[in-house]
Amino acid sequence: MPDAVAKTTVTCTVNGKQRTLRVYPMARLLDVLREEWQLTGTKEGCGEGECGACSVLIDGELVNSCLVPVLQVEGAEITTIEGVADGDRLHAVQEAFISSGGAQCGICTPGMILAAVNLLERVPDPGEAEIRTGLAGNLCRCTGYTKIFAAVVRACQRTQAKA
Amino acid sequence: MERFAYANPSTLKEAVGLLSSRWGETAILAGGTDLLSLMKNYVAAPKRLVSIKNIAELRGINSDTDGIRIGALTTLQELLDDESIRRDFPALAHAAEGVASMQLRNMGTVGGDLCQRPRCWYFRSGFGLLAQDEQGRSLVTEGDNRYHAILGNRGPAYFVHPSSLAPALIALDARVSIFGPKGENSMLLKDFFQTPQSANERETVLQTDEIVTRITIPSFLRGWPNATYEIRPKEALDWPLATASVLLQLEGDAVAHAHVVLGHVAPIPWNAESASQWLVGQRINEQTAAKAGMEAVRDARPLSGNGYKVKLASVAVKRALLAAVQGGA
Ligand SMILES: Cc1cc2nc3c(=O)[nH]c(=O)nc-3n(C[C@H](O)[C@H](O)[C@H](O)COP(=O)(O)OP(=O)(O)OC[C@H]3O[C@@H](n4cnc5c(N)ncnc54)[C@H](O)[C@@H]3O)c2cc1C
Ligand code: FES
Ligand code: FES
Repeated sequence: MPDAVAKTTVTCTVNGKQRTLRVYPMARLLDVLREEWQLTGTKEGCGEGECGACSVLIDGELVNSCLVPVLQVEGAEITTIEGVADGDRLHAVQEAFISSGGAQCGICTPGMILAAVNLLERVPDPGEAEIRTGLAGNLCRCTGYTKIFAAVVRACQRTQAKA
Repeated sequence: MERFAYANPSTLKEAVGLLSSRWGETAILAGGTDLLSLMKNYVAAPKRLVSIKNIAELRGINSDTDGIRIGALTTLQELLDDESIRRDFPALAHAAEGVASMQLRNMGTVGGDLCQRPRCWYFRSGFGLLAQDEQGRSLVTEGDNRYHAILGNRGPAYFVHPSSLAPALIALDARVSIFGPKGENSMLLKDFFQTPQSANERETVLQTDEIVTRITIPSFLRGWPNATYEIRPKEALDWPLATASVLLQLEGDAVAHAHVVLGHVAPIPWNAESASQWLVGQRINEQTAAKAGMEAVRDARPLSGNGYKVKLASVAVKRALLAAVQGGA
């Protein structure tokens, strides 16, 4: 193969802020977020798409950042767990995770919250089955899921009470 | 992972020009959900990756009088969100839904699902597709084969084909279009898959410099009852143990034509021809559906640790048939 592997420039928006970086094209988005931009809220569990701990939103779509080569986010808008709160005001889903005991060790929590935020954007008032399928790509080894599902229900009640 | 170069062509011609005619040198990158894992584990180590994501003609689902054309870059979620596919081809929608992670459905593409490599743990650990030791003995027959093939497993291949879309698409008589150095051609999707007979062969007939461009389902099948039934250990983030996809043409209550395809039981999506033939003239009910299920696995030869899959496959056929006549699943 003739081509030498060279770094390239990637520009994208992360949590509303524009970022530019020289990197190897196939660096995983997960590593770039954590190591280059110090956004360590995004976690690595399996590194193979099996756990959802690394979930982020790319242009509003939920994806596993461990499977995304950074070059594929050129021009994209990325939201990580650090971008979910509005300044100091936590998102309804974050508050509900705290009050419902939806987080224990916390490794799955950032991904779980992004999956829940994404679910509520698509389906504002999900039933139990929709909550289960919406979070099916996220594994939790601690909570047994019940309190996580309860947190999602509580978050919709809060958002609806406000609306 | 090794370092390698990355190309991002916007036409098929350009993309094919960037692909090597030798296996292993280059690889096509679509959603990356399979390829990145293979590379991370050094099962694939291409020197150049050719992303096809910017090739516009590979996107979208369109219908014309011939058929429903599904571009290779259609994501599993787009397939699931398509109303006409959900209404007319529940067999396919249900198979897409079975990949139960929103994240994977948003990234994984139809082309990638059909071309993904087997999940056989010996293959994924670097023992090759045929999973043999240095003396050429099968690690599968002597080892842990609980998820391996029960049909089409006379050797040397024992893996099961991982795609859950493929059995549904084959039941729906889909064709696959392929673009290569000589231009485009198409074939029945069932002929796209092959059981490798030697270490030089792969699980599909695709050459290294060819790209799957789209899948076409014949239009006249709209309205024919069809369904998929999957048996999985859990509800999420796992692989099916056995699946069945069925398509029926009914005349009154009786079956005029049937197509039964099993998934995750053989190195290829498994055409259960004798079950399809047996169904002709039958009315679908508990008894006939169960009988067709038994017919579908009559030739099964389980390995030391996967006898349980024979029953599962037979039950999957029964439930898929019942679901098809009850309006899809
Ligand atoms: C935890 C987990 C569970 C899963 N469960 C299931 C399941 O139950 N059923 C199921 O079917 N799948 C399942 N998958 C697999 C997933 O559906 C596939 O990985 C995905 O569909 C592949 O699409 P992709 O676009 O990401 O492919 P990529 O990873 O980009 O590519 C996969 C392979 O196909 C080749 N390729 C891709 N597109 C083309 C093309 N157009 N032409 C030629 N070659 C091409 C690539 O070179 C590569 O070798 C699962 C995956 C994970 C991680
Ligand atoms: S770390 Fe990405 S899915 Fe587990
Ligand atoms: S809280 Fe520990 S993995 Fe979910």
